Amino acid sequence: MLKEFDPIKKKLFRILDDEGRILNPGYMTEISDDQLVAAYRGMLFARTADLMTVSYQRQGRIFTYPPNYGQEAIHAAAAQVMRPDDWLVPAFREMGAWLAKGATLKDIFLYFMGNEVGSKWSGATHFLPMSVPIASQLLHAAGIGYAIQYDKKDETVFAFVGDGGTSEGDFHEALNFASVWKAPVVFIVQNNQFAISMPFRMQTASDGIAVKSVAYGMPGIRVDGNDFPAMLKVIREAADHCRKGNGPVLIEAVTYRKGAHTTSDDPTKYRTKEEEELWDQKDPLKRLKNLLISKNLWTEEEETVLTRQYSEEVDRQFVEAENYPPYPLDDVFSYLYADMPQDLRKQKVEHEKFLQWKESDVQKQEVKK
Amino acid sequence: MVNAINDALDIKLKEDPSMVVYGEDVGVEGGVFRVTEGLQAKYGARRVFDSPLAESAIVGTAVGMAAAGLRPVVEMQFCGFVYPAFNQLISHLARMRNRSRGRFAMPVVVRIPYGGGINALEHHSESMEALYAHIPGLKVVIPSTPGDAKGLLIAAIESDDPVLFMEPKRIYRAIKQEVSEEKYSIPIGKAKVLTTGTDVTVVAYGAMIREVQRTLPRLKEAGISAEIIDLRSIYPLDKETLAESVRKTGRMVFVAEEPTSFGVGSEIISTVTEEAFLYLQAPPKRVTAFDTIVPLPKGEHHYLITADKIFYEILKTVKF
Repeated sequence: MLKEFDPIKKKLFRILDDEGRILNPGYMTEISDDQLVAAYRGMLFARTADLMTVSYQRQGRIFTYPPNYGQEAIHAAAAQVMRPDDWLVPAFREMGAWLAKGATLKDIFLYFMGNEVGSKWSGATHFLPMSVPIASQLLHAAGIGYAIQYDKKDETVFAFVGDGGTSEGDFHEALNFASVWKAPVVFIVQNNQFAISMPFRMQTASDGIAVKSVAYGMPGIRVDGNDFPAMLKVIREAADHCRKGNGPVLIEAVTYRKGAHTTSDDPTKYRTKEEEELWDQKDPLKRLKNLLISKNLWTEEEETVLTRQYSEEVDRQFVEAENYPPYPLDDVFSYLYADMPQDLRKQKVEHEKFLQWKESDVQKQEVKK
Repeated sequence: MVNAINDALDIKLKEDPSMVVYGEDVGVEGGVFRVTEGLQAKYGARRVFDSPLAESAIVGTAVGMAAAGLRPVVEMQFCGFVYPAFNQLISHLARMRNRSRGRFAMPVVVRIPYGGGINALEHHSESMEALYAHIPGLKVVIPSTPGDAKGLLIAAIESDDPVLFMEPKRIYRAIKQEVSEEKYSIPIGKAKVLTTGTDVTVVAYGAMIREVQRTLPRLKEAGISAEIIDLRSIYPLDKETLAESVRKTGRMVFVAEEPTSFGVGSEIISTVTEEAFLYLQAPPKRVTAFDTIVPLPKGEHHYLITADKIFYEILKTVKF
């Protein structure tokens, strides 16, 4: 399929139409009903969590948060292909993939509440923290790919970036490095049409992103990112390609960021309601649900019950994160060096002396009053 | 301060047809902090525009535009996103004039919202002014009030040298001040004595000026007369004003958000010891951040410099 959908021919790989009807049954043969249902559950959970997180933010219970709304199918597909020993190199908008890799919502909440302990991913292996400096993480993915090969393992790296990130030098450097060394990296570009306010047509003059793979000498494919079966098929084939030692693959997942860039952003400044409604018709959950219903694998009743269960679970983990113990002074210092310099130790001691003074000073001030 | 900066850009765009403003999201959206709001509508998308997402490209193209006679004012979206542009900043923007023996001036302003205290995500809260001040060929300016921001930015835009204009985003909207609608400029390289005093010189800039001023009632109560100096410009550094003040007070406390070691404070202390050694009655003191990464919001209170800490250190210095 990577050959069949040559990005130079400007093809977009899809299996489902906008209503969730199967356009090409030939591609569905290796996707089981169980996989479809599992994916939908995962997507529903992620969406429930995502929408609730935005409302927590509006209530002032969490700081800035980048919504995943509308991009769930991409993450669900990666979730099904990633093995526990594969590597996940995230940007910051791949919640479903993080959860599959072993992150908990509590971790995610802790991070966006402003505690680094949330990016430790305690329950996961082979999973880097989120990377806020755009596209910088892709070079780490290439390096991990190099190390995998060096150790003669058959692991694969799943690296994420957005459409804006493809303008950064690091994107090009990472693709080039990975391709020269045939490093096993699946580069997944979530082309969600916007980099904050910048529409995709202003980001690059090239016809999509997948076509950029050609110049780096690796396969690339443009796929409907809101079409779960198509995403699954493509990511699976890309991972096989990597595991066989054939080098990296570039996947352009065409999707739409239905939410804001982050909760600090106001999309009404740069896009129209009409455009948003157009993309609503291609919603990934709607399409997969229609498919499941047509196969008698899903009912609205089930969805109602499940959504309620999921909401309770999200809230339970959120409250757990909210009740996390206060951030100790030690945590500012403890993790910076394996071998903490003496001077840094002294800075902490001096600060503790100040805190003691402050405590007695506060008491003195109160007495005066 | 946001409005004052916008006003400075507006005045200069109107006056100077060679000026262009660009960066990530500065056009249609008017910047993530709304500093460039309305400018694209007023001056068109050729003069105020959104660049593709690439900081190195933003600074590198500014070098080219400046060489060809334009006057670019570019924005780095957040302090933590400047680093991809370091090659262009250090290898070209700072050196082009020297390399071309004065043929290609670099009248470029790089605006950088910086500093902590806004409950931001990782890489959004740093105070790395010392890195920039250390690069020969660049000037580094940091305003502490809306009025200063306007005058200093106009001077920066009119300067034929590259200026890194660092904006303390914590006080972007926190300080209200009447700012003249007229065009005026404040010279780069001159510090401002905010209050005169006799016991201790307190040197600061940016958002820390407000914190220092908060200590004034308590200092007065403790019978301490402090002279506050707002550096305004990190490089060039106004050594004369500093030295003169310390010769009078005999004591110096430096306050900044930057990590302590190898920072602006180190340079200030060198200046004070070189220029006023025999006048010193106490070791010069830095009240600066730990040499650690800025913690995420839940831990940031440990890290931020507070008025209490400034008062405590001034007290210790005066009682030394």
